Amino acid sequence: MARGKGLTMKTELAVIGAGPAGLCAAIEAAKNGVDVTLIDENRTAGGQLFKQIHRFFGSEEHLAGIRGFEIGDMLLEDAEKYGVKVLLDTVVWGLFPDLKLGLSDGKSVTIMEAQKIVVSTGASENSLSFTGWTLPNIMGAGAAQTMVNVQRVLPGEKVLIIGSGNVGLIVAFQLLQAGAEVVAVVEALPEVRGYQVHASKIVRMGIPILTNHTITRAEGDTRVRQAEIAQIDAQFKPLAGSETILDVDLICIAVGLRPLAELCWMAGMEFEYEPQLGGFVPLHDESMQSSIDGIWVAGDVAGIEEASSAMEEGRLAGVAAAVSLDKIERKLGGESMDQARLRLRALRLGPYGDNRQESKERIIQRYYAM
Amino acid sequence: MRIKEHPILGKLPEANEVTLVVDGKKIKAYEGEMISAALIASGIYTFRYTSKKKEPRGVFCAIGRCTDCVMEVNGRPNVRTCVTPVEDNMVINTQKGLGVWHGGRG
Repeated sequence: MARGKGLTMKTELAVIGAGPAGLCAAIEAAKNGVDVTLIDENRTAGGQLFKQIHRFFGSEEHLAGIRGFEIGDMLLEDAEKYGVKVLLDTVVWGLFPDLKLGLSDGKSVTIMEAQKIVVSTGASENSLSFTGWTLPNIMGAGAAQTMVNVQRVLPGEKVLIIGSGNVGLIVAFQLLQAGAEVVAVVEALPEVRGYQVHASKIVRMGIPILTNHTITRAEGDTRVRQAEIAQIDAQFKPLAGSETILDVDLICIAVGLRPLAELCWMAGMEFEYEPQLGGFVPLHDESMQSSIDGIWVAGDVAGIEEASSAMEEGRLAGVAAAVSLDKIERKLGGESMDQARLRLRALRLGPYGDNRQESKERIIQRYYAM
Repeated sequence: MRIKEHPILGKLPEANEVTLVVDGKKIKAYEGEMISAALIASGIYTFRYTSKKKEPRGVFCAIGRCTDCVMEVNGRPNVRTCVTPVEDNMVINTQKGLGVWHGGRG
């Protein structure tokens, strides 16, 4: 990265965040001749794809059957092939409505002037507060997943999982694969939240999924040693006498994610609250154009979904940016975006997808009602 | 515990061994891994104590967002151990409160 005070970098398209959405946006734009700079604060690109060791869903065109980390490798290869410039170890600390970005590599600060911007900053894990929740080895389920699948270190051998969404179920199974014992998965709601296929794998291994249950307390010293769980009523109040003490040395919290949208707020985007999408999400149109002209959003920052949909949103944003830079003919770009929209629609079908589809439609309606 | 054999990921790739000095004691680590992973593999789970209540804290997000896992590394406090790779002879200390800065850049 360029050093020294007052230095300004220029790029046609700046993409913030090199996860699945950002990589796909960058690849699509670069493929169409856009000069793309992809920026990420981490040492490696790929976002959270490299800790996804399960096979993805969807159809063949969604790369179903391929494991997340393999998709990560494919995207990195494409990014290189099409000449995407990648700035790693670089934090974007500022996003301004005049399409300027503030960058820092920890040593110096640089301002980047971009003609167009895609924000694909992803999400962060929600937490849950209960007595003792700050003890070491009570961590996000995604954190445990990073530890076992990327760092190859097992942080605990007797595990309690809080939350039965896809993340909780997948991480429970991946902890088993890594050699841990999963004591139980607890779920505050009356039914399992994640896909049946993930839940079945857990149940087949003999792991109890306790619905209408929550964690009430954790005990420990330099690390967690015990958890108290209890049955809860319809108002989520623990039922006296239903408490059980479990010996555990790792508690994974899997109670959802929220968009990591600080840069979008900073730039002054319009937002809407959509609980199905993880909270406040930036308004966007069907091409992922945000309320600020020239800035697109894609992936979890635009509403929590999955890596597969993040990739399609990234492609939409990348093509839309290429069209607005006159790098691709409007009709051709439109066709390519229609294809991406069809693939996205297919990912939002069925009992698990309908809510997300409705929420996304509301976001788009609100965009046009601005 | 390091996961040497994994049903999907296979054998743990070979990496050069390095030595870390953690609170004065030497531990082994491997090039390419993050400080937090090396510590957990060596059975260390508490990375710092909070300022007021002196409560123990460890890894929470493991991707550099929450700053719960910060420690003093080579004389510099508030280093996110989950996104900082190990280096040979790195000096790492449990951080108490805001920690002590010895003028280094980590």
